[in-house]
Parts: sequence; C-alpha cells; structure tokens
Amino acid sequence: MPAFEYAPAPESRDLANLKPSYRPFIDGEFVDGGGEPLKTVNPATEEVLAEVSTASAADIDTAVKAARKAFEKTWGPMPGSERAKYLFRIARLIQERSRELAVLETLDNGKPIRESRDSDLPLVAAHFFYHAGWADKLGYAGFGPDPKPLGVAGQIIPWNFPLLMLAWKIAPALATGNTVVLKPAETTPLTALVFGEICQQAGLPPGVVNILPGAGETGARLVEHPGVDKIAFTGSTEVGKLIQRQVAGTPKRLTLELGGKAANVVFDDAPLDQAVDGIVNGIFFNQGHVCCAGSRLLAQESVVDELLDKLRYRISTLRLGDPLDKNTDVGAINSAEQLGKIRALADSGEAEGAQRWTSPCPVPDRGFFFAPTVFSGVHQSMRIAREEIFGPVLSVLTFRTPDEAVAKANNTPYGLSAGIWTEKGSRILWMASRLRAGVVWANTFNRFDPAAPFGGYQESGFGREGGRTGLEGYLDV
Amino acid sequence: MSERVTVAKTYKLFIGGKFPRSESGRVYPVTDRKGQFLANAAHASRKDVRDAVVAARKAFGGWSGATAYNRGQVLYRVAEVLEGRRDQFVAEVGAAEGLPARRAETVVDAAIDRWVWYAGWTDKVASVLGAANPVAGPYFSFTVPEPAGVAAILAPQESSLLGLVSVLAPALAAGCTAVVVSSADRPLPAVTLSEVLATSDLPGGVANILTGRAGELGPWLASHGDVNTLDPTGADPEIRAELARAAAGTVKRVLAVPAAEPDWTQPPDIARLRRYLEAKTVWHPMGV
Repeated sequence: MPAFEYAPAPESRDLANLKPSYRPFIDGEFVDGGGEPLKTVNPATEEVLAEVSTASAADIDTAVKAARKAFEKTWGPMPGSERAKYLFRIARLIQERSRELAVLETLDNGKPIRESRDSDLPLVAAHFFYHAGWADKLGYAGFGPDPKPLGVAGQIIPWNFPLLMLAWKIAPALATGNTVVLKPAETTPLTALVFGEICQQAGLPPGVVNILPGAGETGARLVEHPGVDKIAFTGSTEVGKLIQRQVAGTPKRLTLELGGKAANVVFDDAPLDQAVDGIVNGIFFNQGHVCCAGSRLLAQESVVDELLDKLRYRISTLRLGDPLDKNTDVGAINSAEQLGKIRALADSGEAEGAQRWTSPCPVPDRGFFFAPTVFSGVHQSMRIAREEIFGPVLSVLTFRTPDEAVAKANNTPYGLSAGIWTEKGSRILWMASRLRAGVVWANTFNRFDPAAPFGGYQESGFGREGGRTGLEGYLDV
Repeated sequence: MSERVTVAKTYKLFIGGKFPRSESGRVYPVTDRKGQFLANAAHASRKDVRDAVVAARKAFGGWSGATAYNRGQVLYRVAEVLEGRRDQFVAEVGAAEGLPARRAETVVDAAIDRWVWYAGWTDKVASVLGAANPVAGPYFSFTVPEPAGVAAILAPQESSLLGLVSVLAPALAAGCTAVVVSSADRPLPAVTLSEVLATSDLPGGVANILTGRAGELGPWLASHGDVNTLDPTGADPEIRAELARAAAGTVKRVLAVPAAEPDWTQPPDIARLRRYLEAKTVWHPMGV
C-alpha cells in the first residue's frame, strides 16, 4: 500500500524572529565577542541564517569573573526559595515563547518542527519547572542537611538538542546555587542566545548565566580556566576523554555525558508492531542524532525476517524533507561534516559485508540529508556495530538465547542506554538488571523526563542528569 | 635453657582467594617505627596487578548478583573473624604505626566497628539512593543503584588497618569487587586482613590485596581497561594527576580525595558508598 500523499504544511519561519546577527551574553548584557565571528547555516537549505559573534579568551575571562561575582554577591547568598522563583519564571517564559523557540531550533538544527515543538520545548520547560522546586528543598535530597553549591560551572553542550541540553545543564546548576558559563555548539548557537533574552526578561541577576558561542577552542579555554569550579560536558566520547585529561590534577569537578551504541533487544514474543514503532523512534528520532539512540537492533533469530519486513515497510513511510513542514518525520543532518561521517561509516558497513537497505523516500536536492538506512547481516566486529554513527543508520544483529542477547548488548565500551521488547515481565526485569547501561527502556524507547535520572556507564561518561541523583553533580558532597 | 625461637611468617599477596608470592619474586623489608626488621613483604608487580584484576572481574558477577542480604551476612562474618583476631591486629597495628597498646586497641576496635557499619548498608543503599520517578506520562520509571564494577584502591599509607577498612568496606558493601594496594611501609595488617577475608565466606577474588608501591602499581590500575573506578587515596599527591590522566583513557571514575590523608577515626557517611554505585533508570509503559 503506498503512503498517502500529504499536502505541504509548513510552519511559518517568521515565528523565529530571526535576526541577522547574534552576540554573546555576558554579565546580563549582549556584547560584541572578540572571537572570529561564525556563520550559522540552515542545514536543510545550506543558507546562512545569521552571523554570530564569538567569545575570545578575554570574553571567557570576563564571563567567568561575572559568574564568580554573581555567585559570591547575589546568587550564592540568595535563599533557595527566591532562586526557585527565578527558575519558575524562566520556565513560564519558555512556555510563552515556545513557538518562536521551536521554529528557531528547527531552522538552526534541521530537526523536524514536529519534534522541536512536541518534544524539545515541552521538555525544556519541564526541566526548569522540576529543578525550580528543588532550589529550596536541597536539604531533603539526601546529601546532608545543607549541601553547598560548587561555584562557577563551565558547561559545554552539543548540537543535537541545543536548547534541551542547555536546560539539562543550566536548570540543575542554578537550582543548586551555582552560576554558569555555557558554550553552545558551533553549529547551533541561536536558541541559547535567545535564552539570554529570557534570562533578562526573568530579571535574573547579571552574571548568573553567561552564554558564549564559539567552536571547540572556546570550549577548551573554558575547561582550563582557573576560575571554573565544575565542568559539565555533553558530547563525543573522544572529546570527553580530552576534557577528563585536561581536568586531571585540578580541583575541578567533572561530569560527562558521552556517546553510546545502544542495543535494542527484541524477543520473539514481543508485540512486533509496537516494537517496530519503538525501533523507528529509537534510531530515527532526531535523525539518529541522539547519544542514546537504539543503533544496534538485536533481534531474536526466529523473528528477524518478519521483523525486518515490517520495519522496512514502516521506514519507507517516513517522510524526509523540509524540517519546517509539520508532516516531516526525518529532517536534515546538522552539518556537511556530520553528513560526511555518516556516509563514511555507512560505506564501511557495505565494504565489510553487511547488507544495506535504504528507504526509497525522495531526498531533497539541497541541504544535508541522509535517507533512513538499515544494515542487516551485521557482525559484532564491524565498525557499524561498534562505532557511534550519530545518524539515521540502524545495524541489525541476531541472537538465540537471552544470555546471548545480554552478552552481545554489553559487548561495547559504551553503556548509555538499552531497549528490551518482550511481553514477559520477569524477562524484562532479568534483562534490565544485566544490561550495563544507565537507562533501560522496556517496551518503549527514547523517553525523557526531568524526574528520571539520565546518564551512562563506562565510556558513556559519569554523572547523571535529572532526578535527585542529578543534583549531586552540582553539589559539594 | 635457650629461649624458644618463634616461627617467622612469610607474608604473601592475596589474589583470587589464594596467597601467591609475587610473580616477580620480589620482596621488600618491612620495619617497625623504630627501624627494627619485622618481615619481608611481597613486592607486587604489574603482572600481579593484572592477575588481581582478572580475579576481581571473574568474581564480580557472583558478588554483585548475590542478594544484598547475603552480602551483608558475608561482610558481617568478616567483622566476626576480625573480632576474633583482635589481639593480633592490636599487636600488628601497634608495631606498624608505632602506637601504644591502648591507642592501637582503639584503632582496631574502630576498624571492626566500621566493617560492621558497612555490612549493614548492603540491603539499604537501594532504598536510600534509589527512586521511583514520577514522570509526566503513562510510564513506570524507577532508578536503582548498581555496583560500578571492579574497583582499584590505593589504600591509605598512614592508617594501615582502619584506613584500609574505611576504603575497602564501602566498595564491597556496594557490590563491587576490589584490587587494593596496601600501605607500602605498613603492609602487615593488610596481609592479616587478607587472612581474615579468606576465612570469612567472602568468595575468592571479591577482594584482592597486593603489598607493594602505589606509585609503581597505580598507573597500571589507572589505565587498565577492565577497572571501573579508581580511589587514589594512597598515591602521592604528585602522581595523582598522572593517574587521573591515565584513567581518562577509559573514562574511569576517579574518586575525588583530599590532598592529605583524612582522620579515619571520624564517623563515616555514605559518600564513599555512593561513589561505587551507578544509577540505572528503567522505564516501562503503563496501561491495560
């Protein structure tokens, strides 16, 4: 059965209030950055969206000093009950401006508006709401009666969820009484800078939040700045290791949310139609630009053929194209560089002997797009089974027994997430306790909530974000 | 009539529940605080470190998979056997640390009591550190603490028994298995503790104790791909940065420790237990 034709249903890009230029947010003001300006591009059209002024070493120094001053003079001494009200205000302002932010996020990142509108923005607001409530209740968090903040937090976030990762970093830092200097990703700085406006609208004291656009060098300078007490990083394992080395031997605290190569394990008794949707959500959500994406499908041998048939059919109905179209399921790859990486890894899958299947969906002529792709006949030694692809590419492996599923799922240095699909409750609990992963989704995938701690084992990093556990990374305990 | 000649003991390593000599054949002399020769201790090598990590990994599944109740019983049994050897520990700690008898007794008693305290934690960490997460949607989401894996511990250099117990017991109570490098100059109480562990129902390999130099063995543990956490307490502050850099190669958890050795007689809190646990969040849809 062919997919229904849909008429175009584009969201208006005017909602984004796009400006020709954006500037760093330091000490409560937008200022000209001394760094090399960068141009941020719409990955769906390759057009330049805006010029962004970036932070120089001197700007980082100014921002860290402003954050230190705010920590010592205003934010640190402020009662938690007052800090809470600022965070509640920020949450409300995000809700009020969520259409604007969703459209801007989609323009800058390439993710479908359906996801930025229905997934990212509600979660961003939820993270501020959740942590606002902690600000005056930290004595109940289990770290002693009066846990103290660390001071100035340097935070570096990736391009896959620009505003959501900002919320994951800033909300707990502020709730626990820290001040922050945040560097958004080079390719997606816009919503973070609009967040600066929201801080102004909320009347947040100057210096509590500072946003410094820039590339990897800016991040490295922030990490080594002696005035920073804590580094929180989300990004690749490769860069995470560099940061851990850089921080070694200093008193700085560190939390890392790094890469993953999650196994999504489907047993023969699983509800296959639901599992198919879960697999699709697991790997094609956000174009597969998800550290916890279910990139390795482990299917029980007795159902693999049936599952693959259903999966290919379902994937072929996914609409790829204009991220601003409300009917789009799969948007643009964030950058030419990332598209190159995905292509190289997919090519290695073919070269190493896996069978490649690509969705027959039409692909736009312009912009960075990669059609949903499934590799079957994948062996554990192949690069597509071992390396994080960070794109819409699924590798399918098989297993016969639950023990084999556990062994294969755990056969990776990563340990961020995993999925289990089976009707048998006892098997879910058995599997969940054996998978070396920080998040395990049973009969669902890619669910997030500020109340549920998120983070990895092993080379997926250390520390948690969300929940009571997540507060620990910002407290001196 | 001549005085009786005492039976001198050969001190060995503790790996996989057995007491081997160092693979290297090396030993080093151990003296009391006045410089009197006490014994030769085994000088563990890089190969001994690797053997100990293999033993700890092999034991991890069984120890972490045992019920919390069972782990608590086994750890309490260690305290029982420790108590039975109290006089021996008082003599050894006194000699190692140059303490008068009364002070040595206080230290040994504190070490035994600390072991009991941690034994009682095994079946409580999940309730105290876990959570049911009230997520916004029809899902049951809960978070459980799980043991981080194989712990490498550079034990305190000054406090030969109380310090050692204070760093080892939380790792075992959390469900981790451990490779410990004892105090280099005061290793004999650690060897006697190994004998206690060996006769206390603790499965072989759960705790492995090496006598030797933290500065020599630490880097191998820090860079080892099958070690999950590193406690650098007993390392010279000068080499801690180097250890932390080596640990970054495998994104190892490194405990933040104070520059100087803390006062181990202070009552402990659960900070060390927390460091040996990973939080796992599990989601399941709800519906009919």
